[in-house]
Amino acid sequence: MAIDAATVRKVARLARIAVPEERLDPMARELSGILQWIEQLGEVDTDGVEPMTSAVETKMAMRDDVVTDGGDASRVLSNAPRSADGFFIVPKVVE
Amino acid sequence: MSQLTSLTLKGALDGLRLKAFSSVELTQAHIDAVAAARPLNAFVLETPEKALAMAKASDERIAAGTAGPLEGAPLGIKDLFCTEGVRSTACSNILKPFVPTYESTVTGNLFRDGAVMLGKLNMDEFAMGSSNETSAFGPVKNPWKVQGGNQSLTPGGSSGGSAAAVAADICLGATATDTGGSIRQPAAFTGTVGIKPTYGRCSRWGIVAFASSLDQAGPIAKTVEDAAILLTSMAGHDPKDSTSLAVETPDFSTFVGKSLKGLRIGVPKEYRVDGMPAEIEALWQQGVEWLKEAGCEIVEVSLPHTKYALPAYYIVAPAEASSNLARYDGMRYGLRADGGNLTEVYENTRAQGFGEEVKRRILIGTYVLSAGYYDAYYLKAQKVRRRIADDFEQAWKTCDALLTPTAPSVAFALGERSADPIAMYLNDVFTVTTNLAGLPGISVPAGLDSQGLPLGLQIIGRPLDEGTVFSVASAIEKAAAFRAKPERWW
Repeated sequence: MAIDAATVRKVARLARIAVPEERLDPMARELSGILQWIEQLGEVDTDGVEPMTSAVETKMAMRDDVVTDGGDASRVLSNAPRSADGFFIVPKVVE
Repeated sequence: MSQLTSLTLKGALDGLRLKAFSSVELTQAHIDAVAAARPLNAFVLETPEKALAMAKASDERIAAGTAGPLEGAPLGIKDLFCTEGVRSTACSNILKPFVPTYESTVTGNLFRDGAVMLGKLNMDEFAMGSSNETSAFGPVKNPWKVQGGNQSLTPGGSSGGSAAAVAADICLGATATDTGGSIRQPAAFTGTVGIKPTYGRCSRWGIVAFASSLDQAGPIAKTVEDAAILLTSMAGHDPKDSTSLAVETPDFSTFVGKSLKGLRIGVPKEYRVDGMPAEIEALWQQGVEWLKEAGCEIVEVSLPHTKYALPAYYIVAPAEASSNLARYDGMRYGLRADGGNLTEVYENTRAQGFGEEVKRRILIGTYVLSAGYYDAYYLKAQKVRRRIADDFEQAWKTCDALLTPTAPSVAFALGERSADPIAMYLNDVFTVTTNLAGLPGISVPAGLDSQGLPLGLQIIGRPLDEGTVFSVASAIEKAAAFRAKPERWW
């Protein structure tokens, strides 16, 4: 399926990546090329095939429902772009 | 001290045990070699002080008789592994300021066993690439060059720094990761050994996530035995990774050199692809002959869905990447760009922080997962993936391991393929199938092409049967007697 510039704009918005206007068309061509190459999967008969969600089937293990970590605000904040008084500082979220 | 850097890991561990030299001496020799090899751009962060402190502690444990299995051995660590207190960037601008406050399980296992860290190794950004050219630190240069030529070649990717550093004798071994071929293709391009174990053998905890259902850690090493020693330390069950397998880790080095009598080796006919150089085809045939001489029975097998593995991969991997990389929002860690409101901050942060290939894959992934397309792309790809896994299941009825080339070409020039994403993706045509099926695969150097560049053969095994993979690989290694080293130009 070919992707146009409007679709790239929409997808970029969903992915929260700013794409400048002049990059929309080239990006649409690149993504269309990749998607057209992917289309060959249509040749494979997958009727009745269970989708594979993990490489090795395993049962999820249960663990004790106990606290194993936490209470370490300074480590959590040590890579924050901005922080103060044990809090992350972020742009205004609610107008 | 240059003879210390030309040792294998096994040779170095033996020397340390016999006190022929100290870990501080061994480590200093490697620190000097790393500094001298900066033109390769293999390391993105050198940690000589940490290395010497770790080496000193190793010497003390050796003296006290409490040495671990890797005690005192200096290694390089791919920058995808989080290392406590040491910058870990995944070679992305978005993580350039990131210093983890925790240690990845795999590096923790290596350090528990006494390994010494020389620094962090270059790679494609977020492990997305096959030539190391997407790194925010610039590409690694392959230590190998065409005979008589001067052009810089790719070391492959994404673990290009790991492969180049091992090939150049500036570390005894290195950690790497493999999502579609990122351990095995660089190993083939640099004349080194690299194994991707069964999915779930190594914990993914603390490794920056790319495509979680495909990512696996493994070593790049100078020999098959060295790779076996390293994997034995790296592997093991970890409750912190829910996909980590609760199975025993055998001592993989005990499988090296084992007799192959009666072993059935499958040769998949679909791995003869158009445009593959005759020399690779010939080397593959040579590999078949070597294994026959070692007592193996050769059987032709069919993996009919092989050609669909790459297109399926380029749905599954970008889809998982778009989800995994959603965490880079500029709020809690990493780069934060300016913007007029919250959405603009997100959009600008991610536009500035991610490189072109990473953006391309996030957009593909977002598209194939978006409303109305999920069934046509993602679900379809997961069904094709099942078909590919079933192909292998069929093959295991008539053989015990598979022999294939590792990559469809030798190392190519930097810049040669970076303009065409699909041409770049085709590098992984022989390796990506094992990621989709979760199987172990190793690349072992088997010869040089007519230009003097290394070529690798791949051995694929049943789930959790790394033992057989190591046995077959060591037979190839012995028969090939590959001793070539790149001529030092750095």
